[in-house]
Amino acid sequence: MDKMLREDEVKDSERRRLLKCMGWAGAGLLWTMKGGVLRAETLGLGALPTTAGADFSFVQISDSHVGFHQAANPDVLATLQEAIAHINGLSVAPAFVLHTGDVSHLSKPDQFDTAQQAFKTIKTDTMFFTPGEHDIIGDDGAEFFKRFGKGSSGKGWYSFDYKGVHCVCLVNVMNFKQGAMTQLGDEQLEWVEQDLKGLSSSTPVLVFAHIPLWTVYEPWGWGTDDSPKLYTYLRRFGSVTVLNGHIHQIQQKIEGNMTFYSARGTAYPQPQPGAAATPGPMTVPAGQLGSYLGIRQVKLVDVKGPLAVTDTSLALPA
Amino acid sequence: MRKTLLNYLFLAAAGLALLAGAVKAAEPASPAAKTVQVNIYNYKFDPETLTVTSGTTVTWTNKDDIPHTVASSDKSFKGSGGLDTGDSYSYTFDKPGTYKYFCTLHPFMMGVIVVQAKGD
Repeated sequence: MDKMLREDEVKDSERRRLLKCMGWAGAGLLWTMKGGVLRAETLGLGALPTTAGADFSFVQISDSHVGFHQAANPDVLATLQEAIAHINGLSVAPAFVLHTGDVSHLSKPDQFDTAQQAFKTIKTDTMFFTPGEHDIIGDDGAEFFKRFGKGSSGKGWYSFDYKGVHCVCLVNVMNFKQGAMTQLGDEQLEWVEQDLKGLSSSTPVLVFAHIPLWTVYEPWGWGTDDSPKLYTYLRRFGSVTVLNGHIHQIQQKIEGNMTFYSARGTAYPQPQPGAAATPGPMTVPAGQLGSYLGIRQVKLVDVKGPLAVTDTSLALPA
Repeated sequence: MRKTLLNYLFLAAAGLALLAGAVKAAEPASPAAKTVQVNIYNYKFDPETLTVTSGTTVTWTNKDDIPHTVASSDKSFKGSGGLDTGDSYSYTFDKPGTYKYFCTLHPFMMGVIVVQAKGD
């Protein structure tokens, strides 16, 4: 990545930099379902993806961090609105929009309210949410669930069926222990086991949570400690798609019939696993950002080294 | 004789008063009133291990551009809420012991406060 960034000599004004940052960070993912197979396309660059012929489509957005106001993105509401504009510009409105957590930065009521007002402008019938660790600070998610927890029976997790796809929302931000990756916890795992029990193995299954449900990078806590137990319930299905946010970047892993995808946020980028001393917000300098935009897919193909997973890039807009 | 006794009593009372005054005056300078800082920077508690005497107030200040929390690993002391950039949280450790804590947003950030009894 570094090599490619160095080749870029473009010098942008601060304003152009911000606009590019908005266009980049504001990307969402469009998921199309065709014959039980989910396909992801990124939003926010070039031509809009087509949904023609798909059984249905939905959009995933993540990590809005409303309330964040540091250098990496001084206006996270603007970039969230940019993401929404992309969603509303789709030729076919998404069946639903999934937010995979960190709606707010500090779980403050006004941050949730601001986000909720923005979400109301999305042209879709339904939104589904799972909380991020930034949404449950100090109150175990009370303010979050009050607004976004409809149908989650109090614990945050739930499932629903949409046109033959079984969708499972999991919560993996409630069981943090010192020096360890997060956990789903036994109670939730038992619930998943029961929830999936009666389903035919040919049912396409969609699972979503905030923190990756595979180990992207343990030193930064980018994984879920007890996810292997979850796999034992998912393995028999022919098509399992697992979506998450949290790490503010696209990562992908395929394991048998299970495909794991990590989405970008709408707020600010974070470094690739192990590429910086800390996973803190990445302030992208003028010039480098444009290059980053242009080489997004390549950049991910080039990811090597500390990653313990096999990465391939998601497709650029069709 | 009686006068002498009275004098002694007076001196003893004055002495006690002086002693009491001295004890009272010494209190603000004792370790009990101390506040010690722990900086939160670069996803680390600095210092990671801090030894204080009982009665010391520890103040954590977040100097990162991302929120952190201070949470007791075994819930033995009251932790902070979310600390945004520049926010501080203080807790006074009255009882000797070893207090492990971590950041619930970044569980690999860990620290220890060792509280010793006064006079140790």
